[in-house]
This record gives sequence, C-alpha cells and structure tokens, in this order.
Amino acid sequence: MHIAVCVKQIQDPEMPTALLRVDADTNKMMLTSSVSPVISPFDEQAVEAALRIRDALGEARITVLTLGAEPARQVLKAALSLGADEGVLLSDPAFQDPDSYTTALALSAAIGKLGDVDLVLTGRQAADFDAGVVGCGIAELLDIPAITFARDISVDGGTIRVQRVIENGHEIVEVASPALVTISHEIGAPRKASLRETMRAARKPIAVWSVEDLALEAAQTGALGARRVLEALYIPSRDIECEFQQGASAREMAQNLARRLYQANIL
Amino acid sequence: MSAPGGVLVIAQAEGGALSELSREMLALARRLADETGGMVEAVLLGENLGDSAGDLIAFGADRIHIGDGAAYTAYLAEAWMPKLIEVAADAPPAVILIGHDTMGADLAPRLAIRLGTTVATACVEAEFVAGRLHATRSCYGGAARETLSFKTGPCVLTIKSKSQAALDRNNGRKGEIVPLAADAVQTRVRIVERNVSAAAGVRLETAAVVVAGGRGLNGPEGFKVARELADLLGGALGASRVACDLEWCPASIQIGLSGRTVAPELYLALGISGASQHMAGCGGAKTIVAINNDPTAQIFKSSRFGIVGDCQEILPPLIDALRVLRDAKDS
Repeated sequence: MHIAVCVKQIQDPEMPTALLRVDADTNKMMLTSSVSPVISPFDEQAVEAALRIRDALGEARITVLTLGAEPARQVLKAALSLGADEGVLLSDPAFQDPDSYTTALALSAAIGKLGDVDLVLTGRQAADFDAGVVGCGIAELLDIPAITFARDISVDGGTIRVQRVIENGHEIVEVASPALVTISHEIGAPRKASLRETMRAARKPIAVWSVEDLALEAAQTGALGARRVLEALYIPSRDIECEFQQGASAREMAQNLARRLYQANIL
Repeated sequence: MSAPGGVLVIAQAEGGALSELSREMLALARRLADETGGMVEAVLLGENLGDSAGDLIAFGADRIHIGDGAAYTAYLAEAWMPKLIEVAADAPPAVILIGHDTMGADLAPRLAIRLGTTVATACVEAEFVAGRLHATRSCYGGAARETLSFKTGPCVLTIKSKSQAALDRNNGRKGEIVPLAADAVQTRVRIVERNVSAAAGVRLETAAVVVAGGRGLNGPEGFKVARELADLLGGALGASRVACDLEWCPASIQIGLSGRTVAPELYLALGISGASQHMAGCGGAKTIVAINNDPTAQIFKSSRFGIVGDCQEILPPLIDALRVLRDAKDS
C-alpha cells in the first residue's frame, strides 16, 4: 500500500498571540525569529495515522509531500524522522503565495506523478489559516472520494474504514481505495521521533519538483493561478478591562461575583 | 454598482424544522441580494422535511428548491452533489452560502472546485465593496482575521454559526417552491453506521448561558460541579479541548476552533486559560466571566468580570450565593 501524506509548515500555533505581527505592506504574518516553524499539528497527526496503518498492515510505503520554499524541507525531515519513507518538496518561485486552490492543484499533480497512491492523508485544516479546503480540493482534482474529519482509520484489503466526527457523534464510513481522508485531532497524540528513526531519516530521499516536473503552467499556480485575493490581514483587538473580584476568602470573592452579575443585569 | 445574479443558500433542516444557522444565513443572503438586485434562493435536501419550505420563505427566501426523500436521509457529499450542481447550474448565483458545520465544511470545498471557483470557509462577515464581495474570516486560531475577495464565481462561503442575526419570521412573505426529484445516487463512500447521541441538557448553540470548564477543573469531579452550576443557571455545559482530550467530559461539548461555536449572553470560563483556539469558539459571547488561578491568563483579557482563584474553592460558595440571589429575585 502506498500512502501519500500532505503536510504544511506553519508558525508554531502554540506561540503567544502577542508575538503575532502583520506586515501591512505585504499582508503577511511577520516571522518571529524566536519561534521555530513547525509541522501543522493536524498534519502531524495525519503522518501518525499513516504510521498506524503501516504498523497494523506490517507493510506500507509512506511518502510525505509539502509545498513551500527550501525551509519547508524541515517538515519533510520531521515526518521522515517519525518514520515516513520518502519526501517530496514542491518548490518553485511560481508556487509562491498560493491559495487553497493552487495548493491543491500542485499537490494533486504531484500525487498524480507518484502514480500508484492508494490513500492520501491530510490534516483537517492547517493551523495557521484554518481554511480546511486543500484536502477535499485534492480529492476533487484527482476525482477520488474524500472522507473528512477522521478520528480513526483502518485499512482491510482494498477497503478504507473511517470513523468520522459529526455533530453530536460519529459515523463509520467505508470506501474502496484510492481515496483521500482528512484527519481530525481526535485521532490522538502523534508519536515522538526516536533516535534510531532520526538517524535513518538522514539517508531517506527527498525529491524536489518544480512546476515543469508537474507538467503545470506557471500561470496556473501560486499567486497567479489563485482564485481568491487576500484583501486584508489584521489582528483585531478584543481586550477589555476585567473587573477582578476581591475578598479575604474564596467565599467572599464568590459572593461579590454573584452580586455583581445581578447588579449588572447579566443574571 | 451591483453584481448580477442571486444568492443561493444551502439550507439544513433538523427534526422537520429549518436549522438556526440556515435562518441566520437567510438574513445575510437577504442583505447581499438587496445589493445585487438578485433573488434569494435556497436548496434543501433531506427526509421528512415538514414545513421547512414554509420556514425558508418566512425567513427570507424567494425561491426554494426542495428534495425530500430517502435518498437524502443522511448527508453524504457524493449523494447530494449532483442535485446541488444541477440547481447551481440552472440559475447561476453570484454567491453561495453554506453553514460552517461538519456537513458544510465537508461539502463546500468540493462544490466550489466542481463549479470552477473557490471557497472562503468559516466566514463571520460578508459585504459588497465596490461591487466585489468581501468575506471576512478568522485565522491563526482566532487571533487574526483576513478579508478575501474572489477572482472566480460564484463566491462560495461557509458561514459561522451565530455570526449573523436571523430575521424575524414573516409568515406573510411569498415564495416559489420548486420540488426536486430525490434521485438515489450510486456513491463510492458508504455509511456503515451512524452514532448520534441526543446531547443531554440545554443545547450549546442556543443556550443563553454557557458554563465551560478547562484544565483548572482538575478532573471529572470538577465537571460535576460545573454541571451543577450550568443547571442552576439554566445553561449548557461546554469544555476546552484540553479537558476533552483528558476525557473529563464528552468530546461533543468541546468549544473552540475545532469544536463548537457559541455566542451566549453569559459565558462562564472555569479554569480555562483562553488560548486563541478556544476564544475562536466563544469570542461572540456578550459577557465573559472567568475564574482562573493564574492572574496572567489570556482569558481575563476578554473577560468583564474575573476571580483569581482555584475553581475547587470558588465554585461551591459561588453556587450557594447564586442560588440565594436567584431565590430572592424569584420571590
């Protein structure tokens, strides 16, 4: 079985939001040198899902793909250190500043080029722009079925079985491969890279593919091919003055709060 | 300047009635259509839809495409897509609005790509600026916002629950109803089993008061106390992702970016630090009250009232005090 996992390099979502700054000229989030970029957490869980499938089957080939400039190679290395077999870096000046559509277009072309992929995994959304479009976009462009928000996934023969999160519960769905599945955080914590895998990862291959390698036109990709325009990016202010309740004891503070909620007509 | 075409709402029904989020989308659709000069159309697929068509008209739609039948018992993208494409191609809208829930988030990207366009997901605002639709949405875990416009049409948007206020029901409104054949479609994905729990207590999305617990509740016992407080206030119980991941409470009550979105009158955050991913789900609350033992917790920056202290110590006397005040008010 060949599993392709699409991952994205983002700024660490755990970083304090006070460090976020927008460059008003470019409408981009400014990079903060004190915080290293990471693999988007849902994508890391997609890598974990692939590894669990391989653990269960005993054998599977896992290819990790990312779209980005040279520094994005780091997330491929991180995934290889977790146990993935090979990486593909989609890197070309023409790929710069993509939207969800041109990202999906490049990734689907790359998966098409890999040729024999049985299962494509992505995170449910990237933890920076939270759009959640690329996964289903890839499936549409490849014309394969997609299942979103997986909290569990298993493979039996050619059948992929997924528990998918829905409002107030979950449903179990099945599909024959090839298919795409987006992974939700309910799947659980990803494993940590072992020293052994990290050592091995240094010898695993990472291919670098350009627009030409994917048989795309530059005008179709990146910012040129994008179907949306980013008009503005900003950090809204929502700080308000908090009235802290004082008191000599927990009881006194609690009583003051209860009284204030009634005085302010909130209750 | 006005853009041509109408606004199409992909509506949902729950238990034979139009969903709250669909009503909210109709209000937005009405506002946008008044600018484009187009019509508000809605498409509704499901089974046993009752008088949802009447609801759609009363809440702002001009023309309804309705498919009621066993083919649409449960949502499945592949089963619904051909019918939605048929409706969208029949009367190409300028804008398509879809609710941002597990159905809409699953459906919208596919529909958009299929229609040769793209989607702005989880939008909180949409308006025409110089004839172009501008959609605003949260990003960076709710810490930032972006405004997008479209180079392709139709503009497909998924709309966040509680971001729009529904119009008042107007039973005098007139509308046209177009029945759709509920054709069964051969799908590649097959639903084997569906487990939906009737959520206990008051529904989170519609509750006037939400009591939400986080790591500071210290375990399942803390959630029992939080539940007692929620019941006392006639509210619903919610939780942070950490508390759900620790299995102190069901995952279905998670509030935040990857959980539910609530906008109650009062949001009581108990032992919740207020990470932006959590605030993305409760930032619309009218008043936030926080109890947290860390005076520097982010949550206090969004709170009108706060107590710095341990929930275990504060909650029992708080429940006592609120009960006394409620009884005094009632008598």
